[in-house]
Amino acid sequence: MRYLLRRLLLVPVPLIFVIAFVFVVLRLTGDPVAIYLGLDATPEQEAVLRAELHLDEPVVVQFGYFLADLAQGDFGTSIQFKRAAMEVVMERLGATLQLLTLGLAFAILLGIPAGVACAVWKDKLPDFALSVLAVIGQSMPSFWLGILLIQLFALDLGWLPTSGRGGLEHLVLPTVTLATFLIPNFILVTRVSVLETMREQFVVTARARGAGAARALWRHVLPNAINPVVSLIGLQLGRLMGGAVITETIFAWPGVGRLMVSAIFQRDVPIVIASVFIVAVTIILANLLVDLVQAAIDPRIRLR
Amino acid sequence: MNAVTWFGPRLKIQIGAALVLGMCLIALFASVLSPHDPYTQNLMLRLRPPVWAERGSWDYPLGTDNLGRDLLSRLIHGSRLSIVVGLMAMILALSIGTTLGLLAGYLGGRTEQAIMRFADAYQAIPEILLAIVVVAVFGGGVTVLVLVLGFAGWETYTRVAFNLTRSLRERPFVEAAIASGGRGRYVMWRHILPQMSPVLTVIATLQVGQLILQETALSFLGLGLPPPTATWGNILAEGRDRLLVAPWIANLAGCAIVLLVLGVNLLGNGLRETLDPRRADRR
Repeated sequence: MRYLLRRLLLVPVPLIFVIAFVFVVLRLTGDPVAIYLGLDATPEQEAVLRAELHLDEPVVVQFGYFLADLAQGDFGTSIQFKRAAMEVVMERLGATLQLLTLGLAFAILLGIPAGVACAVWKDKLPDFALSVLAVIGQSMPSFWLGILLIQLFALDLGWLPTSGRGGLEHLVLPTVTLATFLIPNFILVTRVSVLETMREQFVVTARARGAGAARALWRHVLPNAINPVVSLIGLQLGRLMGGAVITETIFAWPGVGRLMVSAIFQRDVPIVIASVFIVAVTIILANLLVDLVQAAIDPRIRLR
Repeated sequence: MNAVTWFGPRLKIQIGAALVLGMCLIALFASVLSPHDPYTQNLMLRLRPPVWAERGSWDYPLGTDNLGRDLLSRLIHGSRLSIVVGLMAMILALSIGTTLGLLAGYLGGRTEQAIMRFADAYQAIPEILLAIVVVAVFGGGVTVLVLVLGFAGWETYTRVAFNLTRSLRERPFVEAAIASGGRGRYVMWRHILPQMSPVLTVIATLQVGQLILQETALSFLGLGLPPPTATWGNILAEGRDRLLVAPWIANLAGCAIVLLVLGVNLLGNGLRETLDPRRADRR
């Protein structure tokens, strides 16, 4: 309980960072009045809008208004969509979350067993083959992987659609691309964690007292080796989101990542800001969840 | 001798170093090595296939792109940006991160609290998003890319330098240096930093690979140097629009990226197994 409280107190820190960063960048993007009004605006129109956006006040006051707007979920009106930017972003969040959870789940289901296999057969063929694959995977740009998959499974074989969102068949290639981006790290971290746990005294003791190799692995090694792997999930969330931006762009997946990139080219600042903010909040909350899961499995963290 | 022992650190370093050195030489002598100018367009020679395909010719060994520019020359010139941005961003991250980690570990107390809590909070921020925003606002110049990627990757070094400094401070040679009147800056610079350089070298090498991937990804998204600049990300993005007629454009650019990053990663892994035997398992 004390752990939970302490952890909750830490949530606002990165959030304040993101907000301050976004505000500074927003002030550096040039004069918002010019972006909204275009070239043929009269000075009177400009003055009205300037007052409306509080741009005639000191920066500190502007920051106050900015915070108040954020608290109400008001990021301004999208220039492309002529609607509240927050609304547009929230509509796309579902598609992104679907992709993120599927990709992460896939990476965990394949990466962790592969890492355990590496550790169990250390320096044997499975270890060698999987480690080599992991290094190649780490060197592979995910956007090229996605393009290769499109060429093979969509253009040549015609089994799967090239892009868009729809039935299950639309999910396959984006999920595989995103998961492959994460799997190498899961393999390598799991491998090291299991190997290090295998050397612990309690595992040696268990074996000496007659536990078989399989029982020692399941009951003694794996429960103690899982923690660094769970931390890895937290550490990978930012990377995962970066991967999602690329995956969504390649496969025309209608999520926040693709929205953000296209908004940059349209100079649609409200959308960019709203996307960054929503995604940052999602990642910070997911990080919190990972930490709580970790505390739940490992009393050493809970009681620290 | 089985496959595992055969593919040990020595071979990894050799292959990795050869790939990296080769790529650096290509980047350095780009204008001498390219058979054509990477920016000369020739609409009569659009989308020529590479030499091994039908209709291919040795005049354009890797074919031409949609504007009739020689792909080999463009790929050769594209290596420059990736290598420069990867190295410079690493140096920036390494300097900031190591300095902060050293200070936190050596001084302890409030400095330690401030720096390490800052690093923790920073880690929770999805850096790639901030990178995208900054590049979107300032445009994708070389300086912007270096600053953005460098400032995104410092906290790994801080954590490692902090942990190492804290344990090194207890070692007799450091205590002796302090007892004989060494000032903080001298002790940190001459006694502690050299001790951690092997570990930092390994992390820095592996980071260069990741930074190159991030740079090409930003270029691919159109957030790097604007076209017609020849960067691997730009070439891949152009090739992506012509997958049906000219798949070789995207695929050859992809191969170029993989070769360089694989070289860097092999070098980094080999160095780790050699320099950091305690962690030899982290192959």
